Amino acid sequence: MTERLRVHVDPDKCQGHARCKALAPELFELDEYGNAHEAGDGIVPPGLEDKAWLAKSNCPEIAIEVIEE
Amino acid sequence: MSDVSQPAAHPPVTDWVHDFDHTAPQWTEDPFPIWDELRAASPVVHTERFLGCYMPTTYEAVREIANDTEHFSSRRIIVRDVRPEVTRNAAPPITSDPPVHKPAKQLLLPPFTPDAMKKLEPRMRAICNELIDGFIAEGKVDAAARYAKYIPVRAIAHMLGIPESDSDLFINWIHMILELGIKDESKLLQAVQEMSAYFRAHIEERTSKPTGDLISYLMNARDKEGQPLEESHVLGSLRLLLIAGIDTTWSAIGSSLWHLARTPADRERLIAEPGLIPIAVEELLRAYSPVTMAREVVKETTISGCPVKAGNMVLLSFPAANRDPKVFPDADKVVIDRRENRHAAFGLGIHRCVGSNLARMEMQVALEEWLKRIPDFRLDPAGPVTWSQGTVRGPRQLPFLFGKAM
Ligand code: SF4
Repeated sequence: MTERLRVHVDPDKCQGHARCKALAPELFELDEYGNAHEAGDGIVPPGLEDKAWLAKSNCPEIAIEVIEE
Repeated sequence: MSDVSQPAAHPPVTDWVHDFDHTAPQWTEDPFPIWDELRAASPVVHTERFLGCYMPTTYEAVREIANDTEHFSSRRIIVRDVRPEVTRNAAPPITSDPPVHKPAKQLLLPPFTPDAMKKLEPRMRAICNELIDGFIAEGKVDAAARYAKYIPVRAIAHMLGIPESDSDLFINWIHMILELGIKDESKLLQAVQEMSAYFRAHIEERTSKPTGDLISYLMNARDKEGQPLEESHVLGSLRLLLIAGIDTTWSAIGSSLWHLARTPADRERLIAEPGLIPIAVEELLRAYSPVTMAREVVKETTISGCPVKAGNMVLLSFPAANRDPKVFPDADKVVIDRRENRHAAFGLGIHRCVGSNLARMEMQVALEEWLKRIPDFRLDPAGPVTWSQGTVRGPRQLPFLFGKAM
């Protein structure tokens, strides 16, 4: 069985660089200040795993967690 | 009595590790080998110049300081020869510390979200093309002075609701504050006064005729208690938006074009794969980050094992952090499709650049429009490329040949 991935943004660390939204628009949403949170429950639909890792490795604040469930 | 208008002389640097000077010509021209030397020596180096100043040289040390608002204050944001008294509301939120920082920052964030920037994009494309129309027939151009320079200034003027045709006036103020002001206090004060007077007149106009621009937005803003901002806060934020919005992105666009002029393989790849431009922009931001910020040490602490003492300034070099090979493999190479790139070009922590979404959009549009119309260009061997000094680094003269002139 392949593992399922979930993304999570730590709201205390996020400073709204918006890199996650640019790289993985399906997985993240921005609020009115431009700060990010995961879309829905954060579960990464099959095929978007790469984008989840890419967002994580590009967040300057190390605010994104990718959890393997 | 010493005359503050007299620029201080800086003796030449003979020992970069213990006596660095970011205003030295060698640093201005080519700082990269100097940063490597400093980083090899220590994660934090110190100079007696500028009344005492540290510089973190690694990504980790920069990150530690940027996230530590207890020991490091943002009340001074330029490393200079003098430390005049701190003025209240100098340029909030960039000059504020917690807890006053947050509300001032939150006020400025909504107008600069990625969605807000999308609405501005058509105007940006038009500006870029108007500029290109002005020189394309000549076959040669100073791409810094006639292209990169005017894109961000016209964008921010458009957002603030002040005439784009006043661009040269704004550019001169920035030069007086960020370059001449490092060594000459009177130039800085003069520019700040002129800017404040300029904005006061625009505020006056809008009291009877409100507009939909950023000046009206700040005038209409209310704090938690429902009170309007103090006039000094409105003026400080307006000055900040104008100062921060101009030579930073102008430098980033200029450095990017400079790189593409010297690297035909990257240029051809971006022309063939325009979808790669946003990724390439991130790498160009990493490799040629324009902005170095400052902090003041207000409480003794330790950074990456190095003790730092209160009363010193910190040259918070995001550009040097972005060249740290521990975080970026092949840090000295420009890899335009670099996948892992958590660069700090827009700062880290609570002072993350408010205009980062604007700057990214401007850079993407400026490169796209340029490459569409002038795909083939190179440096003109007849003219020099010169770089700005101090807080913001980028080409100020960038002579190109293209089309028939090649
Ligand atoms: S990239 Fe990181 S800091 Fe930026 S919006 Fe996303 S989570 Fe926040």
